[in-house]
Amino acid sequence: MSARPLLVSLAALLTFACGGTPAPTGGATPTAQANVGKVEFLSSQGQAVNEAEGMRKQVLAGFNGTPDFNTSLTGGQMVPKLLAEHQASKVDVDLVGDVHGDMVPLQSAGALQDLTPLLQRLAKDRKFNPQLVAYGKLGTQKQYYIPWLQATYMMVVNKKALQYLPKGADVNSLTYDQLAQWGENIQKATGEKKIGIPAATGSRGGLLNRFVQGYLYPSYTGGEVSGFKSPGAVQAWQLMKRLWAVTNPQSTNYGFMQEPLQSGEVWVAWDHQARLIDALKNLPDQFQAVPAPSGPKGLGYMSVVAGLAIPVGAPNQKGAEALIDYLTRPDNQKKTTAVVGFFPVLTDVSVSGSDAPPGVGAEAGAAGKQTNAKKALPALLPVGLGAKDGEFNKAYFDTFTRIVLHNEDIQTVLSDEAKQLQSLLDTAKAPCWPPDPPSTGTCQVR
Amino acid sequence: MSAAIRRHRRRASPQRQLAYAAAGLITAFMLFPLYLIGVAALQPRTAVFDYPRALYPSPFSIESVAFFLSATGILPALGRSLLIGVMTVVLALALGCPAGYAIARYRFAGRDLVQLLIVSVRAFPILILAIPLAVTFINWNLYDSVLSVALVHTVMALPLTILLAASVFLRIPSELEEAAMSMGTSRFGAVWRIVLPLSRPGLGAAALFAFVLSWNEVFAAAVLTVRNPTLPAQIVGALGQSPLPFRFAGGLALTLPALVFIFFMRPYLFSAFGQARR
Amino acid sequence: MSGQVEAPALRAAAGRPRPAVRFNRRQLEPYALLAPATIFMTLFFAWPALQTLLIAFQSAQGSFTLDNFGAMARDTDFRLAVRNTLLLLVLIIPIETTIALVMAVLAQSRLFGRDVMLYIWSIPLAVSDLAAGLVWFSIFTSHGYLNSVLQDLHLIAHPVGFLDYNNLGGLVTAIVLAEVWRSMSLVMVIIMSGIQAIPPELDEAAESLGAGAWQRFWKVTLPLLKPTLQVALILRTTTAFQVFGVVLALAGSALPVLAVKSESWVTEYRNYQLAATYAILILVLSSLSTVGYLLLLRTPREVFQR
Repeated sequence: MSARPLLVSLAALLTFACGGTPAPTGGATPTAQANVGKVEFLSSQGQAVNEAEGMRKQVLAGFNGTPDFNTSLTGGQMVPKLLAEHQASKVDVDLVGDVHGDMVPLQSAGALQDLTPLLQRLAKDRKFNPQLVAYGKLGTQKQYYIPWLQATYMMVVNKKALQYLPKGADVNSLTYDQLAQWGENIQKATGEKKIGIPAATGSRGGLLNRFVQGYLYPSYTGGEVSGFKSPGAVQAWQLMKRLWAVTNPQSTNYGFMQEPLQSGEVWVAWDHQARLIDALKNLPDQFQAVPAPSGPKGLGYMSVVAGLAIPVGAPNQKGAEALIDYLTRPDNQKKTTAVVGFFPVLTDVSVSGSDAPPGVGAEAGAAGKQTNAKKALPALLPVGLGAKDGEFNKAYFDTFTRIVLHNEDIQTVLSDEAKQLQSLLDTAKAPCWPPDPPSTGTCQVR
Repeated sequence: MSAAIRRHRRRASPQRQLAYAAAGLITAFMLFPLYLIGVAALQPRTAVFDYPRALYPSPFSIESVAFFLSATGILPALGRSLLIGVMTVVLALALGCPAGYAIARYRFAGRDLVQLLIVSVRAFPILILAIPLAVTFINWNLYDSVLSVALVHTVMALPLTILLAASVFLRIPSELEEAAMSMGTSRFGAVWRIVLPLSRPGLGAAALFAFVLSWNEVFAAAVLTVRNPTLPAQIVGALGQSPLPFRFAGGLALTLPALVFIFFMRPYLFSAFGQARR
Repeated sequence: MSGQVEAPALRAAAGRPRPAVRFNRRQLEPYALLAPATIFMTLFFAWPALQTLLIAFQSAQGSFTLDNFGAMARDTDFRLAVRNTLLLLVLIIPIETTIALVMAVLAQSRLFGRDVMLYIWSIPLAVSDLAAGLVWFSIFTSHGYLNSVLQDLHLIAHPVGFLDYNNLGGLVTAIVLAEVWRSMSLVMVIIMSGIQAIPPELDEAAESLGAGAWQRFWKVTLPLLKPTLQVALILRTTTAFQVFGVVLALAGSALPVLAVKSESWVTEYRNYQLAATYAILILVLSSLSTVGYLLLLRTPREVFQR
């Protein structure tokens, strides 16, 4: 026991001794071609072995420095680690590459630097997508991450399934009713349930919550939150139950849909594009990427963004800034796209042409149809929920579990979970975000 | 003489045939999943998705495995994993043997409580210890070092080591040490010269467990390292996200070293069978 | 030799009070032996664990509260998670302990090829739960090895959904098989270390008195194995309360269990209060089971204590 004060003071001493490097000045322009030394780049993207190798050998090889592209942690493991480093004021990481949702808890703990000056400098010679730049502000006036890659969710279908399409349906502009009908036709003909939804849970889980938030709800209620228990929502969940009846019952086990697609367990699957791309890459003749279906209120869809952020106290500030600069150059954006299967964040870099990397071109086509659909309803990732982001997702997942898996009464579940949603919104004091109509004050579930 | 008669009698009995049948069945159950990892890893990438699946690699291909092994940083990570495993074993035995001896040989106030505490360590999900531990190690300047991972692995391995050591010592008649002590040897000397040599097989098993636990542990290794991941941390971190063929290749890459460890640890695990042969 | 002759006298002496000074020293010895491990565990386990546990009794603002326990009880699938965890436990532990006992006994009898057999039986010791989950998933998934074989043999026309969300029997069977496969070796090795420590003379004596193999196992080996079995059971039960990787690989969200819930609260929902609350529940359940084993398999004093 008496050893503890000693250890604490020892720890303090060590912290001072090691953290003594002067705070870096934000926005200093690195001299043109100087080698910036070792840059520790911790990324939750490009984790698959082939992607990590591609990043190292094809994208980062040209960087004038020594980037250590480290993908040993998932987003869920990265956040606690970075928070711990921040708490102990001994930061080991120079650059963080992670999705929007993981940046939120980091920013609310004060672990991320303000990159506004860097963005202004970079924006001089490249055109960032303004919506993605806005995401990177995390609901503040400052830029906490620079957009790195973007993606969306869509469907990939096995061409064997096309013969069972409902009469008059166009696979490139399906409605949810037609999708359910399609699944019913397939089951009638083959005896198997061939629709697939990624409904697994846990650290390697699926993205069902995004399907509910960004696709089903906007398409049926016009919003993500405010119409949570509206008549439109009841209709949406009735459709979901009908769809689930012809969905592969192993879907509660699926994290990434590319695998059941390739094994033939599933013929029609909705998922994140990066979790579908292998099917398109490996068997381009067998699979086809198509836009998500639409509902009575339009075609709801969601974009995701991965950003680059610098932790407060990063050891190699200059190197980190130089690497952000490098990764967001048009040619490197294109290379990265080919490696990790996301889309670029610059408006003047296109990936849908004939020289498009395998699979990415097909996905870019489907994504374009989604964006340009007449009734397109772009939904944003949850904004302004801070640390409650995770529990917000859970409310949607729980609603699915109770209504669809446990067969509970739709109206009862919706009013229960609406209370939960409202208390999360109240705690975070989050105003409504598109496609919900703007609110004065905290967003309200009607 | 009597052994020969007994052996003869056993061979004739139907009991012995039953024993062979049971042993064969269990062996098949143990081997089959391992065989399937091999099949899935040693075939071309797309064959993993065929249905009905082939029960042997057709055609045989080391494409996936070769790719896995050529990935950056595998060899240094392997070295770190081995080092951490050995450090864990040394620490766990050094701390665990005295404690196990105390539990086995002494009656003292709080003995039951100690046993309960030992077990409750195992009952505590290590996952939620991650943040406080990481902060501690950063403060002590141990973060991202081989030692920090070995320390956490020792935390996880120590309870089992103590319990195993205690059960090993319990089985060695205390009369042996007392006899030695009555002839003028100190207790330490008696333990060192008489108890430890007798308990080597049991302690060998404890060492093996500690090593294997360290080898397979991913979560702590992943959270506590940045530049210096262990092999499983490096592979398993990527494994969850990789396409299925790579995951099988990674599964095989993780399992093969396991086969080697067990092979080399066998003398310690099984030397005890010498007693049965006596 | 001469020591063995003196031993009974010594043991008799041990029961009587000793001179005061030695008595005190002997009282202190166990604590000195336990000290290094205790200090180590205090530093690297108890302290961070205490910090974590306190979180369960804190509100988001840091004040004392018991609300987290109510929130846990109201959590979707909480009851299912408790039920499933216990269900898996009562299936896995008896099955694997029984088979492991059989294996340990078989290993003692001198079968042909025993060394190879033992090697194979020990391999799963070193297989990570991720690899185990992966391979058992490839067996049971609807386009997996099991259905492939059944379909090749024309026993089924369509793949059977062993892992379907509504097929509780299939899910539980798959998880139990995978867990038993993975941890049986551990139990076997622990039991074997116990069996080997039983003096062969006892067995031989029983045999010379005309006891059959079954009777000797039941009357001689098993009672002497109690302390070893206690270790194996306690260890496996506490880890079974944390069954995680295999469940996630085989069942996903279809079969909620406590450890997966706790992990989700950390990595997905980022609510450490609730994650810690689940951890406390796991801790309490494991401790109860441990106390149960300690009482149930209470070892006779003359064997366990001096």
